[in-house]
Amino acid sequence: MKINLALAQIATKLGDVEANLEKHLSYIKQAKEQKTDLLVFPELSLTGYVLQDLVASVAHKPTDDDPVFKHLLKASQDLDLVVGFVDEDSRHRFFIASAYLSGGKVLHVHHKVYLPTYGLFDEGRFFAWGDSIRSFDTRFGRVGMLICEDFWHASPPYLLWLDGADIMLFSSASPGRGLNDKEKLESARWVERVSKAYASMFTSFVAHCNRVGFEDGLLFWGGATVNDPNGELLARGPYFEEALTFAEMDLNQLRRTRARLPLLRDERTALVQKELDRILSRG
Amino acid sequence: MVELTINTDVAYKILTRFIKSEVERVGFSRVVVGLSGGLDSALSCALAVEAVGAENVLAVRMPYKISSADSLDHAQLMIDQFKVQHETIEITDMVEPLFVRDPQITKLRMGNAMARARMIVLYDQSESFKGLVLGTSNKTEILLGYSTLWGDMASAINPIGDLYKTHVRQLSRAINIPAPIVDKPPSADLWEGQTDENELGYTYAEVDKLLYLLIDQRYSPQECIEEGFNEKFVNSVITRIRRNQFKRMMPPIAKLSNRTIGYDFLYLRDWGT
Repeated sequence: MKINLALAQIATKLGDVEANLEKHLSYIKQAKEQKTDLLVFPELSLTGYVLQDLVASVAHKPTDDDPVFKHLLKASQDLDLVVGFVDEDSRHRFFIASAYLSGGKVLHVHHKVYLPTYGLFDEGRFFAWGDSIRSFDTRFGRVGMLICEDFWHASPPYLLWLDGADIMLFSSASPGRGLNDKEKLESARWVERVSKAYASMFTSFVAHCNRVGFEDGLLFWGGATVNDPNGELLARGPYFEEALTFAEMDLNQLRRTRARLPLLRDERTALVQKELDRILSRG
Repeated sequence: MVELTINTDVAYKILTRFIKSEVERVGFSRVVVGLSGGLDSALSCALAVEAVGAENVLAVRMPYKISSADSLDHAQLMIDQFKVQHETIEITDMVEPLFVRDPQITKLRMGNAMARARMIVLYDQSESFKGLVLGTSNKTEILLGYSTLWGDMASAINPIGDLYKTHVRQLSRAINIPAPIVDKPPSADLWEGQTDENELGYTYAEVDKLLYLLIDQRYSPQECIEEGFNEKFVNSVITRIRRNQFKRMMPPIAKLSNRTIGYDFLYLRDWGT
C-alpha cells in the first residue's frame, strides 16, 4: 500500500486559535487537492508555542461539539489529520497534545510526556505531564505520535515500536539555536540525526513536522523530513519558510526492509524488562 | 583554540526574517535606525534594507558639535551604498543647555545625555516616519554593559544582540558593508579620540573569546583560566557582567498582589500576533 503523506510546516499566531484554525483549513484544502491521505501539523499548531499565561484561554477539547474541533473533524472525513493543541481534561489540567483525526472521529490523543523545563524552555511550569505512550490503529496500519522533547528521549520511540507502530509521526515547535560555522543550526542537525536514527534502528517510517515563524526572538526552523525504514530521506521541507511537503510512503518497504534486517524480530524485550527491573529496583 | 566563526548566510537569513516578521506583525512596514558611522548600526541598517526594502528604512545621523567628521562620512557611505532614506538631526542644541548648567559635568555624564538625546530623536522619528526603532547593541556590549541605559540600548527590536562584536565584523564583511567602517577601531564617538578598546582595557577579539566560553559554552572561571586567559582579566569581565545585569532588565516591581507584572503576568511581546 502506498500512502500520500503531507507535512504542513506553518507559522502560527500566538494565542489566536481562530486565525490558526483558518490556516489549518486552508492547508487541508491544498493537501486535499493534492490527494493527500494524511496531513500532519506541528506541535501546538492551533495555539502557538510560548503560551505562558495564555494556556487556559486557548485550551480546547477534541470533541465534535467543540467550536474548533468540529471543523477539523468534518475535514477529517476527506483525509486523516494530526493537529497540535492544548488539551484540557475534565479536572482542568492542561496538556500539550496531538490529536489524530480520521473519518470524523478522534482516533487518538497523545499528551506530551516530556516537558522541557530548562534553558529557554519553561513547559513544566505551565503544563501537566502526559503519562502514557501508546500506538494506535489507523487505516494505514499502526501509528505512534510524539511531540518534540518526547523524541529527544530514546524510550518513547522505543515503546511505540514495541507497541506496534510502523509509522511514527513527530511534531515539534523547535526554536533554532546553536549557530556556528556549519550550514545548519545545531538544533536542526540534532533533530535530523535522531529522526534518521530512529527510522534506521526501528526499521519504520519516521516523519517530523516542525513549525516555522518567530515568537519574539525565537525562530522555529521548519525543515520537515520523512525517513523510510532504511533510514533514507524521502522528503525534506525548506528551512524557515511555510511549506507543504509531500512524501509518498510505500508501506511495502516495511516488509522488504525487515526481511533483510530483522531488528524487530530479534529485539529481546524480556531481557530489556529483566534488566530494567534490576536497574530500577537497585538501591 | 576558541572558534568564533559563524555561518554568515544562516545568520543573514535569520536576522533579516526576524526584522521583517517582528515589524510587520505589529502593523508596521518601516524602521528607523540611528546611523552613527560605526559598524553595529551599519549592520542593523543593512539587515533592515534586505528585510523591508531601502525605501522603508530611515537612517538618522545625529551628530554633536565635536563628533568626528569620519562618523558623518562613514554614515554617508552606508546611505549611498544602500540607498536608504536619511535625515541628519544635530543634537547639540538639545544637550548644550544641560551641559552649560554645570561646569563640573563629566565626559561620562555628557556621553550618557547625548545617547539619550539620540534616543529621543529616534523615537520622535519613529512616530513621524511610522517605523520601529531598530536596536544596534551587540552581545559583547550588552554583556559588558558598555552602553547607556535608555540611550543607545533603547529600541523596539534588536537584530544583532546575539552577535558578539567579532561576529558583527564577520557578518558585515560578508554582506559588503564599506571597508572603512568595518576596519576602523570601534568608538562611541562621545568625545574626541575615544575608542571602545581603550576604555574597556582589552580588545574585542580577546574578550569575545572569553565571553563565548563563559556564556555560550558555560565554562567556569577556573576552566577559562586553564584555557590560558589571565586570571585578573577573567575576574574583571565576570564582575562587569554581574554589575551590569540591571541594564539588561526592566526595573523590578515590588510585589504586593497575587499577580504582578514581571513575575506572574507572563506573556510574550508577540501575544496575539
